[in-house]
Amino acid sequence: MEPPVQAAPPPSAQPRRFGRYASGALFLAPALFVLAVWIVYPAIYTIVRSFFGQQGYIGTWVGIDNYKRLFTTHTLLIAIRNNAIWVAVVPALVTAFGLIFAVLTERVRWSVAFKTVVFLPMAISAFATGVTWRIMYQQDPSLGAINALGRSIHDAFSPPGVLSSATPSTANVAPDHGGLVLKTPLHPGGVALIGLTGIPPTDLPSGAKQAVTPPPKGGDIVGTVWRDFKPGGGVPGKVEQGELGIPGVTVQLQQNGRTVQSTKTNAAGAFDFSGLKPGTYQAGVGASTFAQAWGGYAWLGPSLIIPSLLIAYIWIWAGFAMVVIAAGLSAMPRDVLEAARTDGASEWQVFRRVTVPLLWPVISVVFVTMIINVLKVFDIVLALAPESVQADANVIALAMWRTAFSGVNDFGTGSAIAVFLFLLVIPVLALNIKRFKAEAS
Amino acid sequence: MRPTLGSAAVLVAVVAVAAGCGSNKSASGTKSGVAGAQKTVVNKAVSGTITFDGIWTGSEATDFGDVIKAFNKVYPKVKVKYNPLGNNLTTVLSTAITGGHPPDMADIAQPGYVKQLVSQGKLKPITYAKGAIGANFGKSWQQLGTFNGKLYALVFKASNKSLLWYNVPVFHQAGVTPPKTWKQLLRDATTIKASGVPPYSIGGADGWTLTDLFENIYLRTFGVAKYNALAAHKIKWTDPSVKTALLEMQKILLQPGYLAGGTSGALQYTFNDSVTNAFSNPPKAAMVFEGDFVSGVILSSTKAKPGSGFNVVPFPAITPGPDATAVEISGDLFVTFRDNPAIEAFVKFLATPQAAAAWAKHGGFATGNHNLSPSVFPDAIDRANQKAVGAAKAVVFDMSDEQPASFGSTTGQGEWGLFQKFLSNPADYTPIQIQLEKAAEAAYKKGK
Repeated sequence: MEPPVQAAPPPSAQPRRFGRYASGALFLAPALFVLAVWIVYPAIYTIVRSFFGQQGYIGTWVGIDNYKRLFTTHTLLIAIRNNAIWVAVVPALVTAFGLIFAVLTERVRWSVAFKTVVFLPMAISAFATGVTWRIMYQQDPSLGAINALGRSIHDAFSPPGVLSSATPSTANVAPDHGGLVLKTPLHPGGVALIGLTGIPPTDLPSGAKQAVTPPPKGGDIVGTVWRDFKPGGGVPGKVEQGELGIPGVTVQLQQNGRTVQSTKTNAAGAFDFSGLKPGTYQAGVGASTFAQAWGGYAWLGPSLIIPSLLIAYIWIWAGFAMVVIAAGLSAMPRDVLEAARTDGASEWQVFRRVTVPLLWPVISVVFVTMIINVLKVFDIVLALAPESVQADANVIALAMWRTAFSGVNDFGTGSAIAVFLFLLVIPVLALNIKRFKAEAS
Repeated sequence: MRPTLGSAAVLVAVVAVAAGCGSNKSASGTKSGVAGAQKTVVNKAVSGTITFDGIWTGSEATDFGDVIKAFNKVYPKVKVKYNPLGNNLTTVLSTAITGGHPPDMADIAQPGYVKQLVSQGKLKPITYAKGAIGANFGKSWQQLGTFNGKLYALVFKASNKSLLWYNVPVFHQAGVTPPKTWKQLLRDATTIKASGVPPYSIGGADGWTLTDLFENIYLRTFGVAKYNALAAHKIKWTDPSVKTALLEMQKILLQPGYLAGGTSGALQYTFNDSVTNAFSNPPKAAMVFEGDFVSGVILSSTKAKPGSGFNVVPFPAITPGPDATAVEISGDLFVTFRDNPAIEAFVKFLATPQAAAAWAKHGGFATGNHNLSPSVFPDAIDRANQKAVGAAKAVVFDMSDEQPASFGSTTGQGEWGLFQKFLSNPADYTPIQIQLEKAAEAAYKKGK
């Protein structure tokens, strides 16, 4: 990382020069030793190992088979594709957020507090972040904070019905536009029995009473809506002892598909439509009774897992980008900005034409650092994605670990994946080094 | 890899409660199972140090320490150094083997890994212990330790995976009795659904809960021989028998309202979630299919009590016949990487009832050792569990532990990943069968 030491050209005698190198080498030796043992040797060994088979030390030579497998195995291809998505999305967004936060915090009063809050995620390990976000992303709104927020907004507009899980107890009650309708045609003086099951006892509104089959009543259509279940099941379609009526259900009376009357059931689930003209009617329960509470998005499901991961990762790193860019910003000559403003440039023009170009070296450091980070991304995927979607959320580093360790123990292919990842990082590193050199000169 | 055998014991308490057997009567009196140890002559001729890598940590490591102590009463000059590795065992072990310095012995939970090590010639046969093992373990247990026709492993400890746990108040409210047969289970499920509770809870975020369910269905439908053939990939995954088993599994997974959280919710529930879903209040489901370690989760994360809150029955029988009660286990296989008198003495000792008793007296233990006296167990739960495991006529390993790890037990890959795919869309079983076969073929080919 550090810029190369300016080669001080001492025109003096040869022995002195040699002495300088010797003492330099002496100081470098511990670092070189550590590098050689823990970086250079493993790297070379990994490269060699990637041309050998699954087992043992260096066993059977398999040539480039491991590399072929890398590009023909479905799970590994998915990992490579996902890494491409990460590289395409994360560095750009992290840099953009960092830039926005840095520029805006310059102007707010509580900028230190704001910066601290944005930077705080950096203080948490990626693994802990993954676990926290996994809990927040839970689909069940009673568990996950994000869906809980969604539910409270959703339910404010369309509240859930009294019964959300009920199903008809017999085929004589059929689904109809989100509600249920009794198939048997009714005439004034008839009795409508609408039996429902699949209702947890705890879901019954309090005050529910024993249901009864109402006797026919003059020119009225009477009936009952009840929980058609008793221990053991009972006889479907028959009102039995121990089965409770369902209060508060909206029952609709229809004629030729049009709702002519609507009423609510009483504590025993009974209802009564009176003042009817002769004719054929149908009774049913309106859709609002069964309106489901909002179930939440499957943030951790296979289709949303990658965006979910990206959001959590950006949340972590935006603070880092902000701090680095803010440092660059504070070192920026103010008079240039002032000059631009005096010349009549708008704030947006100042930002685009002056701030960003002057900050460009810092921005590119953040961008390149993020590319390297993102290529190696591992722990947050392991911690955040449930195991059932880890194949969909796979990334190269995770695939390497799964292949080489965690039971599979295929060190050959694992090494090949590691070498591939190494090759991906090298051009970015080279770019970084080249820029450091350019800056130093 | 899985919630290990630790909590095993607490478990089948319930079985005992259900059976209504008087629990505490014999608990205090007898430690006669260990009596043999005192009679044994102390052998000071054998000496040495044995390194032993195992998965047990915490209290289980202490329990195994007692087994070592019992061994040292007989062989005071042999030192056993136990190295607790937890879930890192296979990683550490394979690295050590690759580096050329394996331990003397190890406890491996995956027969598939043992098989791999045998074929690589890393393990030593324990033929010398054949007599000791034959005297204490039934044929099917010896078979479990035999690879390529030779005895390589002793199954010291086992955990029963063919169990069905149910929520007692939910069953009571629905007016159903615990199912003995598959047909009865499906009928009960319909009634439970009508009572307003989804019958099944499945932890689909962990692939192994799904393969365990499939394996139990396959085992109880087609018997031990076919089960073992499929485990060894002698039957293809495109076989009609696999289809039959998947169709039975569909009856559990496919019907709307029968699965807690639906299929997409079940995919996000871990094994622990699936247990708490079924036994918390209000219950989100009525039943969980999993091994004896379920009770540990119930007791630690819900308020349900054995007997009144939760209970357990054997996995329902499907096809009548001798294998209708076959039991799937996950076991601890003790293997040896070297051969010397100290190791031989230890392996032979581990096969004795004294060795088993040293752990059994702490509970949380079951074994195929039929000479172990039930009286050494601390409570009725443990005794009932030992009875279920010890009395099983036909015993098989968890199939996914037997297969190459890349197919049988890797997150998101092979069997685990594909069964999760099946759960996400249970109607679509044909492509799953084809992909299972493809993945199995690749894994078995590479293993060679």
